Amino acid sequence: MELINLIFQEIYKILFLLVPVLVSVAMIVWLDRRVWAFVQKRQGPNVVGPFGLLQSLADALKYIFKEIIIPASSNKIIFILAPIITMTLALIAWAVIPFSETQVLADINVGILYIFAVSSLGVYGIIMGGWASNSKYPFLGSIRSAAQMVSYEVSIGIIIINVLLCVGSLNLNEIVIAQKNMWFVIPLFPMFVIFFISALAETNRPPFDLPEAEAELVAGYQTEYSGMMYAMFWLGEYANILLMCALGSVLFLGGWLSPIDLYPFNLVPGAIWLIFKILLLFFLFALVKAIVPRYRYDQLMRLGWKIFLPLSLIYVVLTASYLFYFNLLPIAK
Amino acid sequence: MKITRFLKTILMIDFIGGLLMAVKELFKPKKTINYPFEKGKISPRYRGEHALRRYPNGEERCIACKLCEAVCPAQAITIESSQRADGSRKTTRYDIDMMKCIYCGLCEESCPVDAIVQGPNFEFSTETREELYYTKDKLLDNGDRWENILAANIKSDNPYR
Repeated sequence: MELINLIFQEIYKILFLLVPVLVSVAMIVWLDRRVWAFVQKRQGPNVVGPFGLLQSLADALKYIFKEIIIPASSNKIIFILAPIITMTLALIAWAVIPFSETQVLADINVGILYIFAVSSLGVYGIIMGGWASNSKYPFLGSIRSAAQMVSYEVSIGIIIINVLLCVGSLNLNEIVIAQKNMWFVIPLFPMFVIFFISALAETNRPPFDLPEAEAELVAGYQTEYSGMMYAMFWLGEYANILLMCALGSVLFLGGWLSPIDLYPFNLVPGAIWLIFKILLLFFLFALVKAIVPRYRYDQLMRLGWKIFLPLSLIYVVLTASYLFYFNLLPIAK
Repeated sequence: MKITRFLKTILMIDFIGGLLMAVKELFKPKKTINYPFEKGKISPRYRGEHALRRYPNGEERCIACKLCEAVCPAQAITIESSQRADGSRKTTRYDIDMMKCIYCGLCEESCPVDAIVQGPNFEFSTETREELYYTKDKLLDNGDRWENILAANIKSDNPYR
């Protein structure tokens, strides 16, 4: 009996996190399209519901009622598994994001490592989708996507090492608390910029949306997908973007900390601050989508391996020597 | 020269300029309109849906001269005519195949009595082909419905013809 109670308690906790995340994913798609349209002086979706807020809901309904077409030559099990894996992996990483000192689903001591592991697994969904489609465009798209995600994950990893050097813990809550005096965006500003650009590449956003470059690859690894399976890829993609925004705000923008530790700002719950910061970062994501052209493949690889990787490595050395020289290294607890 | 270019790349000057430009554009008024709720302005010469007009006393204007039928480049118009009891020549049949029509406006220009005109209505899509074979009744009905606008348009465009 006690076990069942415990299980239900955990399920409630998971739902309490998962439902808001999924709803905000739908809202964020609307925001993305709207910002994109506004920069181009268009109206954007504005008919369904107030300001078109329910547009994503209408789209989701449309996807649910559409026929799912499975290509005859595809590897059916893997084909069906791929979008499920993509979406699940995008959602389970949310477990360790802290919304306040106590509001965190899994307060594990290797939180950042967990996120990193899960987001590297995300490549598998795309590779499986591309491979199982048994068709040329998905295959080429998935190869590109895999290469891109793997190379940018390397630089993201090294950027995270920078932050970890300053914190001395892998727990996301402790990373946030360590920014009580100064957000890491100030001392590590170049790293923040590189993190932001790598996050764009990691989530296949423009200007790094090569895997789905319409002009050459139709829709990349999503070409053969239809109906709900396509929608799941799409949900997973946006959940990943939100996750990257959340990670960026936890690592650099002080997570659930209020910007100023003063009276009226203290009262606002930490979750609101975190959501505000996530939205700010996402707004930047959407703006960037509106203003940049797509990178060429070799330029993308050059940027990842020959510029970002050495730069972040140099910054690791700089940070480490600075902390060591001024005796600021956090003592292991 | 090379150093300035290097600094520009490293500091992402152009990119930040683009971002600022995007933010500025964000608050400018939109160029597109909310189509079904607001519509763009239409010229009085607009060549939309056809209509057959009447004189103010209710008599049909068309005298069955068949000039429109002859001039129609798509051969979309079919006319049959006969003499009425009072001796005037009138159409018994006036069909326009709206799917053949290329909306060139030659019928309107060839008409000596301003009977066949193309009005400002462009929202006459249908779900079946049959509904787009316009008969005389339909065209006269259109003429009655749009008469005010059609007359005003013809009047305002008259000085330029």
